[in-house]
Amino acid sequence: MTRLSPAGLGLRLAVGVAIALFLALVGLPLVALIVRVAPGELIRRLGDPIVLAALRLSLITSLIATAVVVTLGLPVAYVLATREFRGKRLLEVCLDLPMVLPPTVAGLALLLAFGRAGLLGGALGALGVSVPFTTLAVIIAQAFMAAPFFVAPTRAAFGSVDQRYLDAARTLRASEAHRFARVMLPLAAPSIVAAAAMACARALGEFGATITFAGNLPGRTQTMPLAVYVALEGDLGAAVAMSLLLVVTSVGLLLALRSGGQGFFMSRAPARRR
Amino acid sequence: MRRAFVARRVGSAAALLAAYGTSPGAHHAQHAQSREVVVFAAASLTEAFHALGAEYERRHPGAVVRLDFGGSQQLARQLDQGAQADVFASADQQWMTYVAERRLLDAPAVVFARNRLTVIVPAANPGGIRRLEDLARPGVKLVLAAEAVPAGRYAREAIGRLAALRGFPTDYRRRVLGNVVSEEETVRGVAGKVQLGEADAGIVYTSDVSPSVARTVHALAIPDSAAVTASYPIAVLAGAANRPDALGFVALVCSAAGQQLLARYRFLPAATVAPRPGSP
Repeated sequence: MTRLSPAGLGLRLAVGVAIALFLALVGLPLVALIVRVAPGELIRRLGDPIVLAALRLSLITSLIATAVVVTLGLPVAYVLATREFRGKRLLEVCLDLPMVLPPTVAGLALLLAFGRAGLLGGALGALGVSVPFTTLAVIIAQAFMAAPFFVAPTRAAFGSVDQRYLDAARTLRASEAHRFARVMLPLAAPSIVAAAAMACARALGEFGATITFAGNLPGRTQTMPLAVYVALEGDLGAAVAMSLLLVVTSVGLLLALRSGGQGFFMSRAPARRR
Repeated sequence: MRRAFVARRVGSAAALLAAYGTSPGAHHAQHAQSREVVVFAAASLTEAFHALGAEYERRHPGAVVRLDFGGSQQLARQLDQGAQADVFASADQQWMTYVAERRLLDAPAVVFARNRLTVIVPAANPGGIRRLEDLARPGVKLVLAAEAVPAGRYAREAIGRLAALRGFPTDYRRRVLGNVVSEEETVRGVAGKVQLGEADAGIVYTSDVSPSVARTVHALAIPDSAAVTASYPIAVLAGAANRPDALGFVALVCSAAGQQLLARYRFLPAATVAPRPGSP
């Protein structure tokens, strides 16, 4: 057994205290939600039409938003990881912006861009499309806020793919598309799936941009976080139950996406050697 | 070298934390000397209470009026959850009663102002709303405050009264409420969505149509026969940390000078209740 110096002991103690405080900060609110709601109550609330409508809307919109972010974000992440060009740094900062932007500001910016009186309002209006106050607005708000949570880690995952595999593929005259589809994507897949799960969780929890850009109407734009906020002013019990439901849903979604997605990709990935 | 750098970084971070960390504490300690009075007020009172707060500070050097605005329902809930404040001004009796029933008032509330409702449409009038009947037309995007918000409850009441008027279709109420595209948490949220031109119409207080708002919206008056009058009660809270200034602020609001200021911000006088300076 190694003997610890007093300094080492102090450090260990400090680390232990930090961990305990951190767990209390992150874990205690969750525990408080769980102990506040009886299991029967949770199931009973699922029968409430408003809760059900909000839950359904939340699941549908956040899954669509995630699909949009993954589809449009993959090429962006790939180009950022493999190319150098002027203005790249600025583009990267802009892509990260939604992560630090206050969601209400994001909502206002979305209104000024896609709103009826916004930049694209005239063009959209000519097509007979009015975005604000629709479910589409909810999806746009969620995708906007969730995008950096997908693009940044995916770009990092592409960047960390071992260059030797790509070189090997190149010597075998694999095209770039082929190298992407058969080497890069499978190797980066676990990180990509994890990033998609994070983006989905962020979309599910989106509140500020949604209420600003999409408004708040049960069944159409009132997602779970909005329903919780409104219930806080009426039925506190409902608010707590819905919050817990949202937590359970998020955990379930994250677990399903990670295990399901990894299983799907891992079976296609080439064997890795270290 | 590296270590020193890290230590310096950590040090400055700690200093930053300390600066943020101590400010609420310091602020607490100074509470007594700086005579801070915290006022929770309905969102519709924003400009008027900023003026009243400044007036109070002018008349009582050393006093600091801190204003917190929100939907009356939000503020009442926060007070119920233990929020620390000295004065509560609600946009309806219902939420004042809610607070009173929880024994959070120092003394019964007094009505200090009244208000009327009006329909507003963006200046460009994208929905083509020219008469109140138009609100029932299919496809109109109407924004109201949520039902728990005083302005939302008053607005639904007004729509119900309009439906009973001659010339309005019998299913007016159902059709108008069917046109609601968003339920806002404060009346200012309604005004914002109309000002941005995103909603075709909204229902707000007449006092919300300030000269600056009036540049971007048109108001459609609701006839007297369907008018709903909002009453604003104010009270000192039982948990007031600064009771003298809380009483003083309420007295100013109810005084002739306070009433004059409120009138300048388009509020109606408290009518039936004579101002009783000094007694909240």
